[in-house]
Amino acid sequence: MPRGSCRGDMPKGDMTEPDPNARRRRWMAVLARASAAEIEALLEATELPPPHIRLRGPEIGLVMVRGRAGGGGAGFNLGEMTVARCSVRNEEGRVGHAYVAGRDLRHAELAAALDAAMQDEARRDALEAAIVVPLAAAQARARAANEGKAAATRVQFFTMANMR
Amino acid sequence: MASLELPGFADPVGGAQACFRGLLDAMARPGTLHEVGELAAPPPLDPATASVLLTLVDADTTLWLDEPCAPAREWVLFHCGAPLVADPAGAAFALALAMPKLAALSAGSDAAPEDGASLILQVAALRSGLPYRISGPGLKEPALLQVQGLPEDFAAQWAANHALFPRGIDLVLTAGRLFCCLPRSVQIGMG
Repeated sequence: MPRGSCRGDMPKGDMTEPDPNARRRRWMAVLARASAAEIEALLEATELPPPHIRLRGPEIGLVMVRGRAGGGGAGFNLGEMTVARCSVRNEEGRVGHAYVAGRDLRHAELAAALDAAMQDEARRDALEAAIVVPLAAAQARARAANEGKAAATRVQFFTMANMR
Repeated sequence: MASLELPGFADPVGGAQACFRGLLDAMARPGTLHEVGELAAPPPLDPATASVLLTLVDADTTLWLDEPCAPAREWVLFHCGAPLVADPAGAAFALALAMPKLAALSAGSDAAPEDGASLILQVAALRSGLPYRISGPGLKEPALLQVQGLPEDFAAQWAANHALFPRGIDLVLTAGRLFCCLPRSVQIGMG
């Protein structure tokens, strides 16, 4: 997977955010990359998000992923990707959205419910500590392990200018 | 977030198909009343209005909303995803609670009369009110349609619209859970 499309990792130790959406963007990204089972396991240890009704979905569809050749090349359609999405409104009237890769409807609904719940400042810190932080740490570990494996197989190509 | 409190069709595919089937029948037989299924509509829209919107309007159609529809704007944007336009002349669909001048909407061109706009107009009632005599294709003999809430000069405006044929505006009237259609081919007089 191209690295450029995987933005939104946890910034390290930086809690001053000029963009008011940055924090929400981060938890949405972390929830989307987790699996339903991982989220459910963490939810068992914490307070459940408030009940919600479904505004749309959960439903499965395709999104066109756009690519770009090089830094300045023209955009092209890389391919279609299966995505599950869900939008919910919880009892407190907060609306949460989730788009997750794959076909897991439960995952989309859980992520949307948590997105709605975490917009409540009274719950945000507790939920973030109980769910988002451990998920983000696990994702960072998995990614580091993967990168370590890939780095070990790296081959440096170079041309010997004097070979005739 | 104010008006985004309600879901759309409980069954998006089935709901839209059932309503579309009703719209086809209603367009083919002008003035006949059809009923939509259960739908919790965002105020100030009625269930029929909301169902017709969900069925016909999507990201590929431009939509114009009149001022009284504003409280439902968020709901319409979220569930239909249609690009809103400020100028009614540029809209493929217009949604109104108070009828705009038909001449203000796009009537299409002679080369592409299908570009004529469709006006979804929510009226006060469809089984009571002023009787209008309608005749034309799809009607074996002239029929009476009772509508409450149309402007006084509706018949005159419609005559001008009908005279544009094949260009013109198609009208969908909605009230409560009922709707009926008046395609541009229909002639309307006071009953």
